Amino acid sequence: MTDTYLVLKNLTRNKLRLVLNCFAILIAFLLFGALGSLQHAFTAGIELSADNRLIVVNKINFTQPLPIAYVNKVRAIDGISKVTHANWFGAYYQDARRPMVGLAVDGDSYLDIYDNILLSDGGREAWLKERQGVIVGERMAHMHGWKVGDRIPISSNIFSQADGSTVWDMVISDIFRDKEPSADTNFLLFHYKYFIETQTFGKDWVGWMILTTEDSSLNERVAKAIDTNFANSSTETDTSTEKAFNRSFLEQVGSIGLIITSVIFAAFFTILLIVGNSMALSIRERTREIAVLKTIGFAAPRIFGMVLAESISLALIGGLLGLGVAVMLINGASSNPQLQSMLPNLIVPPSILIQALGYMLALGLITGIFPALRAMRLNTIDALNRG
Amino acid sequence: MSQKQLFELNNVNKSFTKGKEEITIFNGLNMSIKEGEFLAIMGPSGSGKTTLLNLLGGVDRPTAGDILFRGSPINNLSEGQLSKWRAEHIGFIFQFYNLMPMLNAARNVELPLLLKKLSRSQRRNSVDTALKLVGLEARAGHQPSELSGGQQQRVAIARAIVSDPTFLLCDEPTGDLDRATAVEILEILQLLNREFGKTIVMVTHDPAAAEYASRCLHLDKGEFIEKDLAA
Ligand SMILES: Nc1ncnc2c1ncn2[C@@H]1O[C@H](COP(=O)(O)OP(=O)(O)O)[C@@H](O)[C@H]1O
Ligand SMILES: [Mg+2]
Repeated sequence: MTDTYLVLKNLTRNKLRLVLNCFAILIAFLLFGALGSLQHAFTAGIELSADNRLIVVNKINFTQPLPIAYVNKVRAIDGISKVTHANWFGAYYQDARRPMVGLAVDGDSYLDIYDNILLSDGGREAWLKERQGVIVGERMAHMHGWKVGDRIPISSNIFSQADGSTVWDMVISDIFRDKEPSADTNFLLFHYKYFIETQTFGKDWVGWMILTTEDSSLNERVAKAIDTNFANSSTETDTSTEKAFNRSFLEQVGSIGLIITSVIFAAFFTILLIVGNSMALSIRERTREIAVLKTIGFAAPRIFGMVLAESISLALIGGLLGLGVAVMLINGASSNPQLQSMLPNLIVPPSILIQALGYMLALGLITGIFPALRAMRLNTIDALNRG
Repeated sequence: MSQKQLFELNNVNKSFTKGKEEITIFNGLNMSIKEGEFLAIMGPSGSGKTTLLNLLGGVDRPTAGDILFRGSPINNLSEGQLSKWRAEHIGFIFQFYNLMPMLNAARNVELPLLLKKLSRSQRRNSVDTALKLVGLEARAGHQPSELSGGQQQRVAIARAIVSDPTFLLCDEPTGDLDRATAVEILEILQLLNREFGKTIVMVTHDPAAAEYASRCLHLDKGEFIEKDLAA
């Protein structure tokens, strides 16, 4: 027998109380894990976007194309360091009900701008050489069990080829990671050239352009210069920073962050009261036993430690269970293709796990500290004589 | 039997403050307890018997005066030192057994051994020996709630002796038991005193129980009246 055994025995001596407390804590951490991950998913795109990246889209609407000639015109504007472009492909693999993110890009310049995309040694050269080459994000590759060298038919729900087929043959040149481990890698990139030459909507257009300025302080000036340059032409542009672009999308979801924070706060406050009260009660009920332990020769700090260990264990059991359910829930939700395309960053990020662990310890400490102090200072004589 | 002093109380005062009132329990109490004796302390309720045991057990401190254990005072030890001292020297036996309800008999007995540096097998041996001594080896796995009052008190005795303490402090150990069961308990205490040399201080208000002791002191209004039963 050890002190740990005593702590566990005390923790489990009232099964109903244990279950109720665990359940309360479970709910709180489930909310924290699930809502925290949602909030993270909404804001991750913003945080990960570079400060000096601008996006140029058609002024009418970002789904409308831009002339390919704009790429070189933009490149000539002062203050711009790099320019690339991308097309939305409307990709899916075998099952049209499961859309995935696939972009047709100019490989070299795209990878220059998105330097957060990490390829393996020689992966970049291999991809650029291969006309039908595609690079696939780690997460997507993992989900489909794809390896480098696999031939995969990727379909489009928008485009078709001259022969009417909507399937493009591709070969996986490399699988990429992101510099930021929590970033989403559930997408694929293939060559614009292969796309534009085989689809049937004309050969002179791109979906949107992405560029970097020489310094983020130039962002506003450059954006204005671009939009002025194309003002009154047949295709006007709308240029904004990538952050602003993402944020404007987010504003549609409203003050979700505030709601999430208040729900989490309310949940924590409630369980603090419930669990704190319950811990205090159960220690009070054990007054006599604690007095006996002290009489036998258990030192006060040791008793303090055992009570605290009990409340921390309770918080950890309930909390980890809740977090586990949250992880299952989020993983389940993020494998849903609709949600996946809306919230590509929907994962339980490590930062949430670490925060949750911190809150569990804090909860255990706060709910345990007063009962533990009481147990430590307990007057043995009073407890034994009058208990 | 050794005649060395185990305890010596010199001019011990003890008073409690209850609200504004000060109640004096002992005023200049002197006594000594020899190693190896079985001392019974009797007296009316409220006469200070439990208070005396608490002082001897280092659970409470005198207001004035000295308590010497084997010649050195214990009243100026720190709380931590007193805890250690209790763990090393004393076995406590209470009227209401005070077992841990969530631990089985063997684990209740093992409790004081958590304060010693012992291996698992050493602990198991000590627990087995103690349970055998009180005749409860067959009930090692039982929860306290599955044991009778007498059996629970025997578990409590096993817990008190498992770490081989110098002396036992028993506060009305048979107060809650019927006559026959009380006799069993008293016989165990007597055995521990005679065969294992444990010094025992037992508070009781049952004269029949006091018969088992080698000496009996009557406490009344904080003073002793001695009766020698050894003869
Ligand atoms: N912790 C305490 N605080 C105040 N008064 C106490 C305390 N402990 C004991 N007393 C008082 O001291 C007297 C003796 O108590 P006690 O030693 O328990 O007597 P006994 O065990 O002989 O019945 C009683 O009047 C009791 O109320
Ligand atoms: Mg008493």
